[in-house]
Amino acid sequence: MTVILGQTFTGISIGAVLLLIALGLSLTFGQMNVINMAHGEFIMAGAYTTYVLQKSISSAGISLLVALPVAFLVSGALGALLEWLLIRRLYLRPLDTLLVTWGVSLMLQQLARDIFGAPNVQTRAPDVLTGNITLIGGDDPLTVANSRLFILGLAVAAVVALSLTLRLTPLGRRIRAVVQNRDLAEVSGISTSTVDRTAFFIGSGLAGVAGVALTLVGPIGPTMGTNVIIDAFLVIVVGGIGQLKGTVIVAFVLGVLQSVLEYSTTVSVAKVLVLVGIVAFLQWRPQGLYTLRTRSLV
Amino acid sequence: MSSLHHIHRRRFLAGTAALAAVVALSACGAKTDAAGSSDKAAKIDVSGDTVKVGLLNSLSGTMAISEVTVRNSLTLAIDEINASGGVLGKKIKPISEDGASDWPTFAEKATKLIKEDGVAATFGCWTSASRKAVKPVFEKNKSLLFYPVQYEGLEESPYIFYTGATTNQQIVPALDYLKSQGLKKLYLVGSDYVFPRTANKEIRAYAKANGMTILGEDYAPLGSTEFSTIANKVKASKADAVFNTLNGDSNVAFFKEYKSAGLTAKSMPVVSVSIAEEEVKSIGTQYLDGQLTAWNYYQTTPGAANEKFVKAYKAKYGQDKPTSDPMEAAYVSVYLWKAMVEKAKSFDPEKVKAASDGITFDAPEGKVTIDGASQHIYKTARIGKVGSDGLIEQVWDSGKPIKPDPYLKGYSWASGLS
Repeated sequence: MTVILGQTFTGISIGAVLLLIALGLSLTFGQMNVINMAHGEFIMAGAYTTYVLQKSISSAGISLLVALPVAFLVSGALGALLEWLLIRRLYLRPLDTLLVTWGVSLMLQQLARDIFGAPNVQTRAPDVLTGNITLIGGDDPLTVANSRLFILGLAVAAVVALSLTLRLTPLGRRIRAVVQNRDLAEVSGISTSTVDRTAFFIGSGLAGVAGVALTLVGPIGPTMGTNVIIDAFLVIVVGGIGQLKGTVIVAFVLGVLQSVLEYSTTVSVAKVLVLVGIVAFLQWRPQGLYTLRTRSLV
Repeated sequence: MSSLHHIHRRRFLAGTAALAAVVALSACGAKTDAAGSSDKAAKIDVSGDTVKVGLLNSLSGTMAISEVTVRNSLTLAIDEINASGGVLGKKIKPISEDGASDWPTFAEKATKLIKEDGVAATFGCWTSASRKAVKPVFEKNKSLLFYPVQYEGLEESPYIFYTGATTNQQIVPALDYLKSQGLKKLYLVGSDYVFPRTANKEIRAYAKANGMTILGEDYAPLGSTEFSTIANKVKASKADAVFNTLNGDSNVAFFKEYKSAGLTAKSMPVVSVSIAEEEVKSIGTQYLDGQLTAWNYYQTTPGAANEKFVKAYKAKYGQDKPTSDPMEAAYVSVYLWKAMVEKAKSFDPEKVKAASDGITFDAPEGKVTIDGASQHIYKTARIGKVGSDGLIEQVWDSGKPIKPDPYLKGYSWASGLS
């Protein structure tokens, strides 16, 4: 019983990581149709931001808290810059965005290597986050790692913040309008280029926040983005492009599935089984779990 | 041997879905290249007053955390030798190449070093996968590789000198130590490639013959950072100890998760065979305090030769930089090569090989001797405990250098392994 509960929690925590890395992408890929291969490098930028801040702020706890908004701004600014330099020229050519942003991703990796050196680096987690909480005591205790709880909290907060922004703010309404029908939005007086850039800023900023979270789990290195980008795309494609709800559900389902399969088989077998499951699911629902209904003519 | 290599290689590829295609493609490229080359010995460039040697290490990617330190100590040895007059009157000129933690790249760069640069010998590689990838290149071109890292044994190449430990100089003594401490129920955790899988096969055979039980065996893809499930499985197994063959910075994620799961060196010690002082420092001592490692050398190993080595390394690379076993084995390998060349009075690999048997060197780990038959060296086994200062204190040693036995011929339990 403890094992099942423990694995479920582990799955949820893997799901939280998946959700964080996929959330920003669901905005830029899902809503804006830009296949941003450099999203992983924005995650890396967030992680390195944490590293740099920890070097200048001695308290690990404070540096982590400072890192969250700073990483959001740093990665967001990188995203807005990318949008302004390249992507705005490519909105009607989604496949070209793949090639262009892949090139950018390689350049950013090399840049990180030049600035921070090729070997991976680590940050020190604050002491509160290195311990764990015992949920069920006794002979077979169920413990939950504090760092994982923190990541879960962060993921939930990010989702809530993003969906409130999309639902309730004028900016959110404009983003949704542009997504549903770009031309109509434009003739209604919405500056689509401003909306695009802002949406890209938010999506990339969320990647930065994911980067901060990843420093609690593993090392920070130039290639950390490539390690997670595939998972992020999987979550979004399976969830249904442009659907925040789908992204959230699929991230947790894949996380739990992965951890349960990993427990009963091995890491590699679990990965294969999850991928087979995804392929089968997409045969059944090629459009993903949820689809966006729009009045768009295309 | 080569079929084994292919099986593990395939397993490894299966795990890295997206990169697989790219890796496989470039692997084909590297293979054709090696196969296409003639069997003629490579030409060594000894024109002028220098002799070139290749340094082949991962300076980027997941293995760079470990391999950069090896490159540093190779450079230190070369500088020292050059300062004292070089080899056969020639200064050593190192050509450094980045294997980028990617086995096909290693094969490519090895070919480049041998054929384009005309190096007299190459020093480097860390993972067994990279060594297996370059082995045919060195054999085809009849060029020498000096390999400085402990490995899973079961290999002897006529063109490789192994200056790190083989199984009976590290893993078997580590198991003997665990057994002597009454730690008989083991859980095996490793990276998913050649070394851990072969090492764990040997550990299983040892356990069977010595009344130990293996409660579980788990592999994570090289570079993987998701260890929460493995930590849960290890915890639920209630093992006495964990035998850790993870490589590179997966160890960071593993030990973070291990501590988060509430496991400690007291409740369930982990004995690691691939974490040395440099890795301890970057993983963070708070995660490793009290954990065990098995090696042949620690920065704290007593002796004048080691004091000199540690002092020289710190003077060159910084007072906060620790020295470690693979660094020491790399440092030693350059001196052994020098001694062999001087005995052979030639840079020709065949003559150097012929001169190898019985060559000794007063290494930082103590006196080492080349066993010409296997091209491995006699080494003292040492078990150490990570201290809160990040250094490793020896808790046990084998007393004298152990004769290398890469195929474990001296152990009856190992008869079924190949």
